[in-house]
Amino acid sequence: MEIKVGLASCGLAAGAGAIYDGIKDYISSKGLDIELKKTACIGMCFAEPIIEITTDDGKNITYGRLTDADIAPIIDSCLQNNPLLEKAILSPDYDCPENDNKASQTRIVLRNAGRIDPESIDEYLENDGYKSLEKVLKEMTPEEVIKEIKDSGLRGRGGAGFSTGLKWQFAWQNESDKKYVICNADEGDPGAFMDKGILEGDPHSVIEGMLICAYTIGADEGYVYCRAEYPLAVRHLKKAIADATERGYIGDNIFGSDFCFDLHIKEGAGAFVCGEETALIGSIEGKRGMPNLRPPFPAKSGLWGKPTNNNNVETYGNIPWIILHGASEYRKYGTETCAGTKAFALAGKIRNSGLIEVPMGTPLRKVIYGVGGGMKFDKPFKAVQLGGPSGGCIPEHLLDTPVEYETILKTGAIMGSGGMVVMDSDTCMIDIARFFLNFTQNESCGKCTFCRIGTKRMLEILNRITRGEGVLEDIDTLDKLAHQIIDTSLCGLGKSAPNPVLTTIKYFREEYIAHIVDKKCPAGVCTALLKYTIDAGKCVGCTACARKCPADAITGKVKQVHVIDQDKCIKCGACYEACRFDAVVKV
Amino acid sequence: MENKNEIDAIITKYKGKKGATIPLLQDLQSIEGFLSREIMQYASDQTGIKIADMYGVATFYSMFRLKPQGRHIIKVCKGTACHVSGAETIFHAIQSHLGLTDLEDTTDDGKYTVMEVACLGCCSLAPVMMIDEETHGKLTPDSVGKILDRYE
Ligand SMILES: Cc1cc2nc3c(=O)[nH]c(=O)nc-3n(C[C@H](O)[C@H](O)[C@H](O)COP(=O)(O)O)c2cc1C
Ligand code: FES
Repeated sequence: MEIKVGLASCGLAAGAGAIYDGIKDYISSKGLDIELKKTACIGMCFAEPIIEITTDDGKNITYGRLTDADIAPIIDSCLQNNPLLEKAILSPDYDCPENDNKASQTRIVLRNAGRIDPESIDEYLENDGYKSLEKVLKEMTPEEVIKEIKDSGLRGRGGAGFSTGLKWQFAWQNESDKKYVICNADEGDPGAFMDKGILEGDPHSVIEGMLICAYTIGADEGYVYCRAEYPLAVRHLKKAIADATERGYIGDNIFGSDFCFDLHIKEGAGAFVCGEETALIGSIEGKRGMPNLRPPFPAKSGLWGKPTNNNNVETYGNIPWIILHGASEYRKYGTETCAGTKAFALAGKIRNSGLIEVPMGTPLRKVIYGVGGGMKFDKPFKAVQLGGPSGGCIPEHLLDTPVEYETILKTGAIMGSGGMVVMDSDTCMIDIARFFLNFTQNESCGKCTFCRIGTKRMLEILNRITRGEGVLEDIDTLDKLAHQIIDTSLCGLGKSAPNPVLTTIKYFREEYIAHIVDKKCPAGVCTALLKYTIDAGKCVGCTACARKCPADAITGKVKQVHVIDQDKCIKCGACYEACRFDAVVKV
Repeated sequence: MENKNEIDAIITKYKGKKGATIPLLQDLQSIEGFLSREIMQYASDQTGIKIADMYGVATFYSMFRLKPQGRHIIKVCKGTACHVSGAETIFHAIQSHLGLTDLEDTTDDGKYTVMEVACLGCCSLAPVMMIDEETHGKLTPDSVGKILDRYE
């Protein structure tokens, strides 16, 4: 029998480390003949900690939401080839609740994530690892690789969706004694974790993609620029680079060819704007990460002025699959203009939050209600946020929009890198607009005046509106400022920073009006517009609220109706959460 | 200067290398947890990187700290998923558990420093915080105190 434990950062945070140790102890104390393995994240983060068991008679079952107490009974039942199914979530052999979830996905870039041990180069090799590199080095010219990637229709997964084949062609055409490849693993969009999932779960696929690119454009050195908040991804990447170097996939004369390649990791130091490629290059050069005007594009003058190709993690991760299976196979997925699949990070008020991959062109509704399992709580859907701080909020009536670069752009949002945060009626759209603007305003590098000061003015207006001090004119002022910022900013940060405000004004105007005219926050989020009171008819005097109140604002004797002192109340909502009798009301 | 050998070893590693400022500062910061004026001046003298450039880099990136920090770093996620799942309440719960005001980020006993980050990539477990390199998810105002108390 074999047991695999999901030990990616989501699993570890949910307690998978203890589950792994528990299983290990159980196996050794009982002297069981079980092979215990590690893997990363299969994407069902909502059900962590997760283990996958393959029984001696070849049945496969994935279990979720495990606790220590589950270990012994589940292992025993599987050893007897009669698996307990209560906590089974997924199986090709049994009827399990998440079987449809898996069936509705197409996993190309996530082909190995959560299946193989990311720290084992042998497991990667057993799953066609480095075969594409061998094929390219032994059988293909750079022109042929470029043609294959172009034919595949692969577009950059970092957000802008530029043709990857064409980008490689530019870098290949520019002659130079030295060229670089860069992998953008900065993943700064809050609420997105696709790149992390790939790097933690299948680092070799990204390395192989970079190697193929380097051979194609004629580079001999590369950098992975990885976000500082991803220590596990960095660790897996380091191990992968060391192992690939030891086996000769990185280094001199790879597969006996003339191709030599050296790969480094640069850990980011915390600046969102460094995800922008020219800023990222500046950061690798050791400078403040400030974007530069393009052209010249990095393909002509990039790192240290040399031709450089930069792609996103997910873009590189697709390359080995495309080379191995061919462009026409890749084209079978997705749409005419957007080939292949896309990984999405589902989060927020969605039941199945986690990492998924679906063909391009899948309608948003299918992503959210199909794979995503619909809403998490008993509250209606309000909006889905795509593209992070550069994106926008898409309302219910546009949920049939297919996920493709151009169609999403038409809604006013952007496809972005793949973060999808689902919001329900408890989310205030003005608060969300303010949240993102606060983010971009903080992260603006300060180079362009409108981006630096315009976002600040917009933020002040939004702050006013959420305090109930807004005037109707504010909506027009926001709109005007937004367009000035878009027109006068140099990089994508400024050009897209107003999107969250513009889309919320466009689709949720009535919520702005409610804040400004009625001085009400319909979602009950904006604290200045909200009051907590106790319904005397429902209060039983259990004292739970008073004990929870951090401000000592609630008074009342046991078994008597309690009251909230509005002057002391800090509106934290602790009493609202604590009351089991629905006696605390938000008005 | 304390830790001089360690500092010299780091400087030797990066001296004369191109693009070394950020990794140099990252490594130097790992010694005391922050970049003192003294360390930066010394590194500048030894490497020839201008102190103004070093300071420019150190103030641009949020990871660099110019003040001493606590033994444990608490990174509270204020990313989108955590924001819609109540990150603000969690942040206040941590502050009140540690007795910190809005103007302070480090406890008097030098045990904890609290900072905000914009997504730890564990959005499925929102709200989330990371203490040193360990991530804790599905936080509630009640659970944070218990988690914090586990650290020595
Ligand atoms: C403010 C800003 C932040 C960005 N952040 C990222 C990021 O975190 N990851 C990424 O791959 N691309 C990011 N990009 C896009 C990059 O500039 C670049 O287009 C991308 O890495 C190219 O790779 P691709 O062609 O494979 O998509 C960002 C752009 C801007 C303007
Ligand atoms: S938003 Fe908090 S972990 Fe991503």
